Amino acid sequence: MSIDRREFLKTLGVAGASLSGAKALAKSTPEPDAEEFYAILHDISLCEGCQECEFACAAANNLPEPADDDYPDAEIKRQLKPEQWSVINAVETSVGEVYTKQQCMHCAQPACASACLTQAMNKTKEGPVTWTEGKCMGCRYCMVSCPFDIPKFEFDDNNPKIGKCQMCFDKLKEGEVPACVENCPADALTFGKRSDILREAHKRILDDPDSYVDHVYGEYEAGGTSWLNISPVPFEELGFKTDLETKPYPELTKGFLYSVPSVFILWPALLMGLREATRKEDKEEIGGADHE
Amino acid sequence: MSEQALTENYAPKQSFWKFFMSELKPRGSVLTVFNMISVPMVLLAAVLIVIRFIYGLSAVSNVTQSVPWGLWKGFNVVTGVAFAGGAYVLTFMVYILGLEKYKPLVRVTVLNGFLAYTFYAFALILDLGKPWNIINPIIGNSFGTSSILFLVAWHFMLYIVAQLIEFSPTVAEWLGSERARRNLKRLTIGAVVFGITLSTLHQSGLGALFLMAKGKIHPLWYSEFIPTLFFISSIFAGLSMVIFQGSILQKVFAYQLDSHSDERHNIMIRGLSRVCAIAMFAYFFLKVIDMVHNHTLGYLMTAEGAWYMVEMIGFVLVPMLLFVYGVRIGTPFMIKLASLMTLIGIVLNRMNISVIMYRWDQIPRYIPSWMEIVVTVSILFVQVWIFRWVIHRMPVLRTMESMTHSAQK
Repeated sequence: MSIDRREFLKTLGVAGASLSGAKALAKSTPEPDAEEFYAILHDISLCEGCQECEFACAAANNLPEPADDDYPDAEIKRQLKPEQWSVINAVETSVGEVYTKQQCMHCAQPACASACLTQAMNKTKEGPVTWTEGKCMGCRYCMVSCPFDIPKFEFDDNNPKIGKCQMCFDKLKEGEVPACVENCPADALTFGKRSDILREAHKRILDDPDSYVDHVYGEYEAGGTSWLNISPVPFEELGFKTDLETKPYPELTKGFLYSVPSVFILWPALLMGLREATRKEDKEEIGGADHE
Repeated sequence: MSEQALTENYAPKQSFWKFFMSELKPRGSVLTVFNMISVPMVLLAAVLIVIRFIYGLSAVSNVTQSVPWGLWKGFNVVTGVAFAGGAYVLTFMVYILGLEKYKPLVRVTVLNGFLAYTFYAFALILDLGKPWNIINPIIGNSFGTSSILFLVAWHFMLYIVAQLIEFSPTVAEWLGSERARRNLKRLTIGAVVFGITLSTLHQSGLGALFLMAKGKIHPLWYSEFIPTLFFISSIFAGLSMVIFQGSILQKVFAYQLDSHSDERHNIMIRGLSRVCAIAMFAYFFLKVIDMVHNHTLGYLMTAEGAWYMVEMIGFVLVPMLLFVYGVRIGTPFMIKLASLMTLIGIVLNRMNISVIMYRWDQIPRYIPSWMEIVVTVSILFVQVWIFRWVIHRMPVLRTMESMTHSAQK
């Protein structure tokens, strides 16, 4: 069915592609090779909540370090901020206190990148979703679209930036690993190709089924992400969003985008046809008089 | 060529600048109640806008990290565009279907649509964090073509041009250039066809913006049919605006209208009421189907459900019946009341989707600051100023002949 649709679109697209955004469709569905993306696994059962990753993140990205009184505490929920791209939260659960890490999930097909009208949000072929300041208009549609509510905006700045984890894209290009992974003293973070990381996550669950719930968060959420989590307790208990779509979020707009070229070609033809059909016999030139 | 025609025609009378400067002067009393309220308010808004650009959005606006779009986007853009939908519906009826009897409404509606779109584009720019980068999606060094916002933004710009072309013959008449008028008039039908197509896509596109916010908008308001619902509701939103605004214009600009205009106006609004009622029925029906389909009926018993019923019954079903009743018994009052209620219903719907029921579960809630409201209202005020200025001078409600005639008297 989807092939038929694509064929249909191609045929239509030939006529009105440039104006109507048919080209966009081809672009919005690159069928990314999600297995080849880089990914990071956070093993919640190993995390000690030491915040080393937060400090490493701040240092690597020229962001302010977390304040002394700003540490994981089960009483409060620490939030991502434009200048804090990664937060550790303590959560009191049935197995005692565990620590979660929140940052950009780097979806395989990100809603933010498909929402962005300037390509400031961009899915790189290596996996990270990056943000480019010179392109961004500050419209905040990425924030509206992101199912994980990750991008944060500097509302108090006259030249505001969007702040979110870039998966240390610059380091990745140099062949290094992201700062948080590099600096985790508890080995709770593992970096590698997504296919390998996914296999590792399932292996840990299989090897020790009593210590983990059988769910790799991020394997299917929002169509698959480059951050994967495994946990000793169900993810609802940790406050993770568990009502997300399992298909990529850009799919939600696909039906509408598909209809655009059709409307763009059919409407003018239909309208002109209607106009001819309802025309009174050569009464007068168009709008000879506007007011009778 | 048309430029040349312009010069030729007005040159003999007086210099263009002299004419233009004399036209800039206010007509009638300056110290009206409306001016006493609107002038200080717009000045205050100008100060607020300066503050916003110096200190950032949060200096004047209450938008938050979880509700990043506030009143300026939700009301000025998303709601305002629906209200401006009358222009494409009326040009469809008059130029495509050839329903000549609605022709007297076309110019004023297109003018209103043009001003509305221009000012909503302005509101959008105010809300942008880096407005200077708006050049990126326009000149094409960075096209985010998979973005619905990209589509909406381009359609916005192109539709403003289309409406300008549709309105341009009126300007040519005002400037006294018959040749320019004739040449510009030739472009009308092209602009109309293009304009209706663009409107179909961006009215629905504004709804499609929210498709990816699944889970963030309350299930009673979120629907995969949002684009279709936005399109259908723009028909009755636009026409209700034409009806409601018309009833005000009939009073304010009574001096421009002849004795038959009241009667003629009532015939037109009866016709438009029928269109509204049918579109509202389709809208209501689609909403019900959607609710059954998405199994959201259960939410009706919650507090949000009650709020939903206020919108759907109080401000869609009731005004729909009032339209039908108003046409049946033939009282303009009933129709005007129905149009006002419909407009309120559209405000509720658009605001619910974009602001009120967006992250309805979030605490604290976003509530617009008084400064955001001042700016929102001021944008409408400036729009009314320009609208008034044009109506006083150009042949929008009346013909050029009647204008010169009354001037001689």
